[in-house]
Amino acid sequence: MNFEDTQKEAAFRAEARAWLEANVPKESEMAGLDEVGRAKFWQKRKSDGGWACLTWPKQFGGRGASTIEQVIFNQEEAKFETPYMGSYFSIGQGMAAPTIMTYGSAEMQAKYLPKLASGEEIWCQLFSEPSAGSDLAALRTRAEKDGDDWIINGQKVWTTVAQYASYAILVTRTDPNVPKHKGMTYFCVDMKSPGIEVRPIKQMSGGSSFNEVYLTDVRIPDNMRLGDVGQGWRVALTTLMNERASIGGGSAGANFKSVKELAERLTIDDKPAIEDSTVRAKLASWYVEEAGLKYTEMRTLTALSRGDEPGPESSIGKLVAGVKGQDMASFAIDLLEQQGIQWDPEQDELEDAVFVSNFMSLPGLRIAGGTDEIMLNIIAERVLGLPPEPRVDKTIPFSDVPTGV
Amino acid sequence: MNFEFNDEQIFVRDVARSFLAANCPPEVVRRVLEGNEHYAADLWQQIVAQGWAATAIPEKYGGLGMSYLELVLVAEELGRVCAPVPFASSVYLATEAILLAGSEAQKEHWLPKFAEGEVIGTLAYAEKAGRTTAASLETKVENGKITGRKTTVVDAEIAQLIVVAAKSDKGDGASLYLVSLDQDGVSYESVKTIDPSMNHANIIFNGASAELLGADGEGWGLLEKILDRAAVLYAWEQLGGSETCLAMAKDHAMERYAFGRPIGSFQAIKHKLARMYVKNTLARSNAYYGAWALNTNAPELPLAAATARVGSSQAYYYSSKESIQTHGGMGFTWEVDCQFYYRRAKVLAVTIGSERVWSDKLITASDLVG
Ligand SMILES: Cc1cc2nc3c(=O)[nH]c(=O)nc-3n(C[C@H](O)[C@H](O)[C@H](O)COP(=O)(O)OP(=O)(O)OC[C@H]3O[C@@H](n4cnc5c(N)ncnc54)[C@H](O)[C@@H]3O)c2cc1C
Repeated sequence: MNFEDTQKEAAFRAEARAWLEANVPKESEMAGLDEVGRAKFWQKRKSDGGWACLTWPKQFGGRGASTIEQVIFNQEEAKFETPYMGSYFSIGQGMAAPTIMTYGSAEMQAKYLPKLASGEEIWCQLFSEPSAGSDLAALRTRAEKDGDDWIINGQKVWTTVAQYASYAILVTRTDPNVPKHKGMTYFCVDMKSPGIEVRPIKQMSGGSSFNEVYLTDVRIPDNMRLGDVGQGWRVALTTLMNERASIGGGSAGANFKSVKELAERLTIDDKPAIEDSTVRAKLASWYVEEAGLKYTEMRTLTALSRGDEPGPESSIGKLVAGVKGQDMASFAIDLLEQQGIQWDPEQDELEDAVFVSNFMSLPGLRIAGGTDEIMLNIIAERVLGLPPEPRVDKTIPFSDVPTGV
Repeated sequence: MNFEFNDEQIFVRDVARSFLAANCPPEVVRRVLEGNEHYAADLWQQIVAQGWAATAIPEKYGGLGMSYLELVLVAEELGRVCAPVPFASSVYLATEAILLAGSEAQKEHWLPKFAEGEVIGTLAYAEKAGRTTAASLETKVENGKITGRKTTVVDAEIAQLIVVAAKSDKGDGASLYLVSLDQDGVSYESVKTIDPSMNHANIIFNGASAELLGADGEGWGLLEKILDRAAVLYAWEQLGGSETCLAMAKDHAMERYAFGRPIGSFQAIKHKLARMYVKNTLARSNAYYGAWALNTNAPELPLAAATARVGSSQAYYYSSKESIQTHGGMGFTWEVDCQFYYRRAKVLAVTIGSERVWSDKLITASDLVG
């Protein structure tokens, strides 16, 4: 067990670093570009230099590199000031791409993957619906066969980056008369298709990064289908497994480092807050959680680099990070006292704004991509093997499942 | 022993509850949250007309002369609906400060105006990020003129009168002053906060006239006493909010189906809501004790106040965040009302000092009482 690079890894790290030094975009190069424009600019440059989606095969725009090499690149990239990437590419590259690699035809792979890697095309995830979130398999958006096409009707909701997306991954119901998991079919869809309407939803933190998407008589050619008709649930699970791994436990914002720095700056009873034993005790337990996540991730990466699949234990990251971040943000506001509640969402770059902005946005992380409760169920049932809840909805035809309305 | 409100007090609460249900529906909170008003002035006028601001002011000063047991129940109801009015600042802080520390002349001058709602008051001591202490105060008064800057003052741009803590060379290092806000030498820096349904601003004093409130050099001790009294009232308002979070979460858990059953049938949700109930119940019982101590001016008040305050702050944070969680994606939207409570919970929790500060006071106070 060690953390040192092998000779080959050290050489790779040096190469990555040299490239980053020469290529991280300067402010002047991106003048006039908005957030998404900057994200695309950086992605394109990485792709041109052969540093995008490193683990993907070269013909799909990747580098054919190992998982560890991807990690090394991420570590080096994190040392630079680079454009904010948000969720612009994580859905396409982290969720759509692995699903297309597993289930897509060679033509689809050739058509979509390189433009995902280069950042030219943003993808979104049309999964959740008003009455299907945690219970995704309760989705009702209908797909009906019409010659070589499918006609789609329904409504999706909470669709992140739909307003920028060229394409989407979409799960539909093709047969309501069989049990819910058996009647679904999975597609890729061109977001410019007639009949797709995207309406922004304002979130409680103020912005509108997610949307409602209405689908009215949208035509999708059968060659955009992933997996067999009725096999949509299995395909969706591939996407969801990658989602859980890709949302992960990033500890940006209110974290040990930022809250400790805050406690060094503030005073309690006219002494540095960091000398206060209650502050120390709180910080220490959060440090333990953060370190636990970091080293768990390293163990997972080691397993991945040996070719193992990401398992259900990757649910831990988001579960721990969401609650921890929310509580740390809340505690940081308390340390700042009355002044801690100041927040102008348009001036988020101000000192200490990170705590209030995290306080307002982290409730979303605890829900997105599988709620805390669903993550705990996954750990209980799939990791620990505890008996599942009795199910009333699994074996009867979907159309007979109680819905409360 | 009789550790319960009497029928008349319950009646006051019921009247307040139905009045607010009719006059402060969520649309009123949303209107202030989204618009440019500092507060719902129309609602405030109605509240004042109901006599609520006069509740605990003695009759000889134009009040209703009721007890704090009525006032805490009104506070709970205001919290229940997240009322966007300066009730806490004017009643729990400014009115209480004058009742506790004012001279006879000051009481006769100001209290009838507070009772009538003719004057809205507030209070400020914080000057910096982190905990302000008597020793760290920079605001000072010389020859009756005040200079200094107070940060994130609640209802600053609504109030006409403010109680200010300023530095003193004597006693505990601080004195309290009454400063009229409608005068030269007072200016504001508007401040946006996580709860735009309330008003906050920094206030800059530059030579405005200030009148001593209470003895020179006893200001910090007085402030602590005022805050202890206010803490009980805040605790009731926080509790009211926390109860609404539980009610909203419960309604949603009964209506929303997943996996063919109401989500309220999942133990994860049941336990979450049951935990809210347990926290609210403990907070309520501690708030009862606080109300008793406030009403009887018991020596235990500092401990009772801190206990009620910490309990309600914790309960409200938990209920407001887990109500969002129970609502799933819609809980995180602007459109759904869960956000009002999450914002308000945090703002109320720091307005008179955070949970951390009150935990600290609690342990100190626990030495004073057997
Ligand atoms: C910021 C954000 C971004 C999102 N982006 C996307 C996106 O791009 N694409 C997309 O398709 N979706 C997206 N979502 C939707 C997200 O996946 C769902 O909101 C989430 O799965 C929860 O579903 P729901 O909102 O319907 O809540 P519900 O499923 O109704 O859940 C309500 C409550 O019930 C609990 N619950 C439900 N079932 C159980 C159970 N079996 N046991 C215990 N508790 C249970 C939940 O934990 C929750 O507390 C996003 C959501 C958010 C908040």
